[in-house]
Amino acid sequence: MGGADISGRQSSAAPFAIELRGISKAFGPVQANKDISIQVAKGSIHGIIGENGAGKSTLMSILYGFYKADAGEIVIDGKVTPIPDSQSAIRAGIGMVFQHFKLVQNFTVLENVILGAEEGGILARSLARARKVLADLAREYELDVDPDALIEDLSVGHQQRVEILKALYRQADILILDEPTGVLTPAEADHLFRILKGLRDQGKTIILITHKLREIMETTDTVSVMRRGTMVATVRTAETSPEELAELMVGRKVLLQVEKAPATPGKTVLEVENLRVRDTQGVERLKGINLTIRAGEILGIAGVAGNGQSELLEVLGGIARGIGTIRLNGRELDLTGRHSDGQSRRADGIAHVPEDRQVLGLIMDFTAWENVAFGYHHAPEYQKSALLMDNDAIRADCEKKMATFDVRPPIPTLAAKNFSGGNQQKIVVAREIERNPDLLLVGQPTRGVDIGAIEFIHKQIVALRDAGKAVLLVSVELDEIMSLADRIAVMFDGRIMGERLPDQTNERELGLLMAGVSGEAA
Amino acid sequence: MDFATIIQILDSTVRLATPLLLACLAGLYSERSGVFDIGLEGKMLIAAFASAAAAAATGSVWLGLLAGIFASLMLAGLHGLASITFRGNQLISGVAINFLASGLTVLLGQKWFGLGGRTPSLEGAARFEPITLPFAGSIAPVPVLGPIYSELISGHSILVYVAIALVPASAWLLYRTRFGLRLRAVGENPAAVDTAGVSVTGIRYAAVAITGILCGLAGAYLSTALAAGFGREMTAGKGFIALAALIFAKWRPWYALAACMLFGLLEAVSIRYQSIDLGFVMIPVQFTQALPYILTVVILAGFIGKAVPPRAGGEPYVKER
Amino acid sequence: MGRMPKWADAVLVPLLSLIIAFVISGLVILAIGEDPVEALKIMVTGALGSTYGWGYTLYYATNFIFTGLAVAIAFHAGLFNIGGEGQATLGGLGVAVACLMLPWPHWSLALLASVVLSAAFGAAWAAAPAWLQAKRGSHIVITTIMFNFIAAALLNYLLVNVMRPRGQMDPASARFPAETNLPDLHQMLGWFGIPFAKGTPANVSLFVALIACVAVWAIIWRTRLGYEIRSFGKSEKAAIYAGISPVRITMYAMLISGALSGLMAVNTVQGEANRLLLNSVEGAGFIGIAVALMGRSHPVGVFFAALLFGFLYQGGAELALWTKIPRELITVIQALVILFTGALDDMVRVPLKRLFLASGRGGQ
Repeated sequence: MGGADISGRQSSAAPFAIELRGISKAFGPVQANKDISIQVAKGSIHGIIGENGAGKSTLMSILYGFYKADAGEIVIDGKVTPIPDSQSAIRAGIGMVFQHFKLVQNFTVLENVILGAEEGGILARSLARARKVLADLAREYELDVDPDALIEDLSVGHQQRVEILKALYRQADILILDEPTGVLTPAEADHLFRILKGLRDQGKTIILITHKLREIMETTDTVSVMRRGTMVATVRTAETSPEELAELMVGRKVLLQVEKAPATPGKTVLEVENLRVRDTQGVERLKGINLTIRAGEILGIAGVAGNGQSELLEVLGGIARGIGTIRLNGRELDLTGRHSDGQSRRADGIAHVPEDRQVLGLIMDFTAWENVAFGYHHAPEYQKSALLMDNDAIRADCEKKMATFDVRPPIPTLAAKNFSGGNQQKIVVAREIERNPDLLLVGQPTRGVDIGAIEFIHKQIVALRDAGKAVLLVSVELDEIMSLADRIAVMFDGRIMGERLPDQTNERELGLLMAGVSGEAA
Repeated sequence: MDFATIIQILDSTVRLATPLLLACLAGLYSERSGVFDIGLEGKMLIAAFASAAAAAATGSVWLGLLAGIFASLMLAGLHGLASITFRGNQLISGVAINFLASGLTVLLGQKWFGLGGRTPSLEGAARFEPITLPFAGSIAPVPVLGPIYSELISGHSILVYVAIALVPASAWLLYRTRFGLRLRAVGENPAAVDTAGVSVTGIRYAAVAITGILCGLAGAYLSTALAAGFGREMTAGKGFIALAALIFAKWRPWYALAACMLFGLLEAVSIRYQSIDLGFVMIPVQFTQALPYILTVVILAGFIGKAVPPRAGGEPYVKER
Repeated sequence: MGRMPKWADAVLVPLLSLIIAFVISGLVILAIGEDPVEALKIMVTGALGSTYGWGYTLYYATNFIFTGLAVAIAFHAGLFNIGGEGQATLGGLGVAVACLMLPWPHWSLALLASVVLSAAFGAAWAAAPAWLQAKRGSHIVITTIMFNFIAAALLNYLLVNVMRPRGQMDPASARFPAETNLPDLHQMLGWFGIPFAKGTPANVSLFVALIACVAVWAIIWRTRLGYEIRSFGKSEKAAIYAGISPVRITMYAMLISGALSGLMAVNTVQGEANRLLLNSVEGAGFIGIAVALMGRSHPVGVFFAALLFGFLYQGGAELALWTKIPRELITVIQALVILFTGALDDMVRVPLKRLFLASGRGGQ
């Protein structure tokens, strides 16, 4: 289990830089961390790897005093050190580089660095000192940043350096980085890892949280794997392989075998050519996607979360704008103009079960029946007259769908937030599938859904395929992809790394593709 | 328009701009810390009342000033409680505070003085008297410079000079001190301040308290310096003009001085002239009165230099997961 | 379950907030040396004890229904329209134009015209802030405040320089022709043989307000537009997923809101004053905020909250008449209601939630 004595570069007799003992934390009924123990040797880089939602960020928030653990203790340099708030974490020598930077955009680098660590009431002295320290740090660790630049003018990579400088300026000995490369270019990421190695060689302890196997393999000395709130293993990086880590991350669950006949693909329904998407910060999230789906076929998109799958769904579903070409049944779709919205997509015959049903797919305060009409509130059968909606018809339809999809409790007037995750998802799936779309987009159909509902939802998706419809399935659950998809495309860093047929591949091969290690294309 | 008239208009500009400037700087602290404040009007009003009432009762304008600051601080505290501690809607809280002040001032005024909401007229030590600066008398006969010094610069109440001195003081505090750095940071990205181990709540309460104090000064000036006593609704929208000036000034102290002087000038002109004949068009007085608001909307629309409010403004701070 | 039931959220929370506001108001009355119980008696007798009192109570309530509905519908879209004053001011202009424009043969036709024009003028005044919010991201609260002041200046200019009849001193429009005068409750109930006091300002606009209540209810809960407004107000992200355009919804919600504020002028300008005065709105735009907050943005709630404030207004006037308590007491109560039902909502809600949670656990 987690507490294995792996001491990296030092003898096991020396106290660890940081040690967690039996940390547990629950949010309501959700157990985010279960009895987590780790030991990290001084002067080492320790990786924590796991999928989204595995509990990594919660663990780090506990370490930085954002949350109070329900149980367990934190030991720093051999001393039990309670960390009730961020200030205590800083005092204990912990520095944190968050996934979403905590920088003041219209402040200079210097101002950000001294914020909270000023000396005396007047800034001039602190600024002068910080300028000197920053110059030293820049020389020592390749951390050059113009101290007088405004954060908003800096590249993402440089902003991250400012976060590291902030921690070092506070004389942090333990540096925690949460998904540090999520927003970096490969070159910036490489630079970051050189910096981290330099810091380690100077005796700093570094904890690197990521879901990217390549980073773990290239950078860390030891690695812990988290899955669903528990620490499943801690191993020396040199003694493991990406394949082993991928297996540990995904876990070996009971394979839910979906009974399905071989696919009989028909004509091409969806063609995507050279699709590119930038997010609001200007980072390119899709870097030229090409794919096709035929009628009567499920294309599964595998990949670690955050590699562009969400953006792909959003463009196809009319939520985000993009450039490139998308053709549905041979007709080109509008990607930027008036007809690029969700209503137009639905009119074109695209239905969308979004990845995050609570944020996108449902209005949690609306009743079940109101949610059944969501996105289809213009449908003719829901109208009483030119102006009025036919709420009775919607309620009746909701009752029918609830019966067909076995939604429990079958009460149309209950608010969406009062259903369990599985039943919420059934409402969304019922709404989208019953429209009999030409193309169904499905994102993480079974995230947070109980076993019974998983099976049911899978069957519905297969039934739609068998009715001659095209399905695009995005899931981070490899099992789900393996058992449902007729073809598998693996996404990494905004690109499709390769396509495989489920019966001609295995989790190991897919795991490598997911980690950006390609057998064929670069 | 002769020179003497210009001096007179500018002189009244300074007097009319002072309460705007004080309230505008007041709003600057709160809003820069991320707490929107549309309750400047109410805080000014209650301070004006409390100052005049205390000055009338004690005969001391200084005690009046203290009372005004205290009353304004109370409402500022209420705003802090609603918007910082209970994470309520800052705008709704501001609206409530304006009404509270509007009602309480008349209620208490009627109870204490029975003058239909007014306080008795203040005189002597119960008012801020104009201060004659050194040599004002001897320089007066000098052409141009004489009247500028003796009539425009000299001869205002102490609060006018305080208000103007507060501009460089605020600029210094905001941009040159630790407190200012943290205050600005908390209005832009409270998470940055929180993760740096500094209390967001503490900084925001401090900022809201400064807002209370400065609104207290603004209100006291209205009833004990500009006028000789309190009259119901005597702020007459000045709190909102100050808010407009704050937006116009893009939340910066020196710009605030310029904006308040401009709006003060517009008020001075509209008091003196019913309409302005530009030869080819008559500008009605109502247009001059509405100009501060029109200018603010234009600025907000971003057609001429966008006014970007503090990024975290209006949002209660909740720690992220 | 231990979850707070819906009725508690909709009724108990505002009721508790209201009680707190009233208790504090009572303390304020005590503090100024008067008897709160006696004050309440005078208010009830004065506002509800006679049809004369009711005539005023209902007149005020009519104003507050319109402005309350206006704030409520904007709330449903997640927008805070604080510009009811300005929109109602412009609505008054619409009423004046309608009544003075043509020689109407009958009040019903004049009413129709003034309803259309007041709504149109009010909506137009809300359109600019709405557009600026939707397209340029200018904060709608600030722009609507600014538009209140601009409206006041505009009306002042028009009354002084344009609409004031020659030889008249006060800044007001000409009197409307007698044919445009709306029937009051005394007349209307008289048609059915029901006695009602003469000389009260409550008029046929009350029924327009009631129709507006039903219309708003239907818009919000029965039409696609209302469905989209509510979706957008609950979650902008989900609305975009459903293909609902934020710009379109912001515009529509604010246009309806402005129109409702504008309609208020039919009651005050055509129903009571019979000419356009400088300050015919008298803060009703702001009271709409309190009414919408207390009524939980539901037309039924708005109706009862408006009645309550109508009662407070009339009762307050009676208080000022019979006691030493100035009618500004009402402003204080109004402030406290806004404070407790709006800004300090969590202060009441959170402990109540805990209480339900605890009792739920105890029951299991």
